[in-house]
Amino acid sequence: MSTTRTNHRNETRIEADPALPTIVITREFEATPERVFRAYTDPDLVVQWLGPRRLRMQIEEYDARRGGSYRYLHVDDDGTEYAFRGVFHEVRPSERIVQTFTYEDYPDGVSLETATFEDLGGRTRVTTRSLVDSFEARDGILASGMDVGVREGYERLDELLVGTA
Amino acid sequence: MADDRLSRMFSALADPTRRDIVARLAVGDATVNELAEPYDVSVQAVSKHVRVLEDAGLVSRSRDAQRRPCHLEPGVFDLMTKWIERYRREAEDRFRRLDAVLEQLDEEAPATGARTEGAAS
Repeated sequence: MSTTRTNHRNETRIEADPALPTIVITREFEATPERVFRAYTDPDLVVQWLGPRRLRMQIEEYDARRGGSYRYLHVDDDGTEYAFRGVFHEVRPSERIVQTFTYEDYPDGVSLETATFEDLGGRTRVTTRSLVDSFEARDGILASGMDVGVREGYERLDELLVGTA
Repeated sequence: MADDRLSRMFSALADPTRRDIVARLAVGDATVNELAEPYDVSVQAVSKHVRVLEDAGLVSRSRDAQRRPCHLEPGVFDLMTKWIERYRREAEDRFRRLDAVLEQLDEEAPATGARTEGAAS
């Protein structure tokens, strides 16, 4: 089992700490930390995977350097825009990205996102830790999986997988 | 399901004492007095917490004579597990697209470690 190279081997794991308002997501990738880091920092690549299906992702700024900022929009079919922005606090190539994250409709809600890239010998384990400011906010984010629009994501995924198989 | 109920559930669970109460009720029914024992707060305060959980539909209290034990509503955990599972699948969806992006990078730059110029621009 350990030598099979399939997408399904790399399961996304989520932990919601009962004592801290955090969400920790862990996932492994069949690529080196250098490549994964590039897919996380090059806006031309980020735009290909970060946004949900049916929402067109539009990156206005993505300056993945220490002190750089970013802003992007998810646009639905009606033209409604959902804007997100933040600042890169630390960008350490192939190792670590620390950034703030805000949904502009709730400007007071700021989360701190830390992504670490762990070298597994040609493969990479990415751990993303989101620290939000209340349990309510954290649980609300977890419940956002209920949103319409997110569900269609699975279809897009299927198509993508067929296309890349 | 009504979003209303959803947000009431989440705000009910936003409180650490109430989350603890829910965790303890997951093990078995208990009266308000029993629930209050380990806490450094009054029975009244615990009773108030229980009422919030009741209003959110997370907990019910039977009419069992004087005891009126609190009981965790069946399906609550199913529901919460489902929410988290949906969130997990959303993340998984995103990461599978990232898988595809990484595969493309492999094809564009087969030489290990070599950075291709303008590959993604």
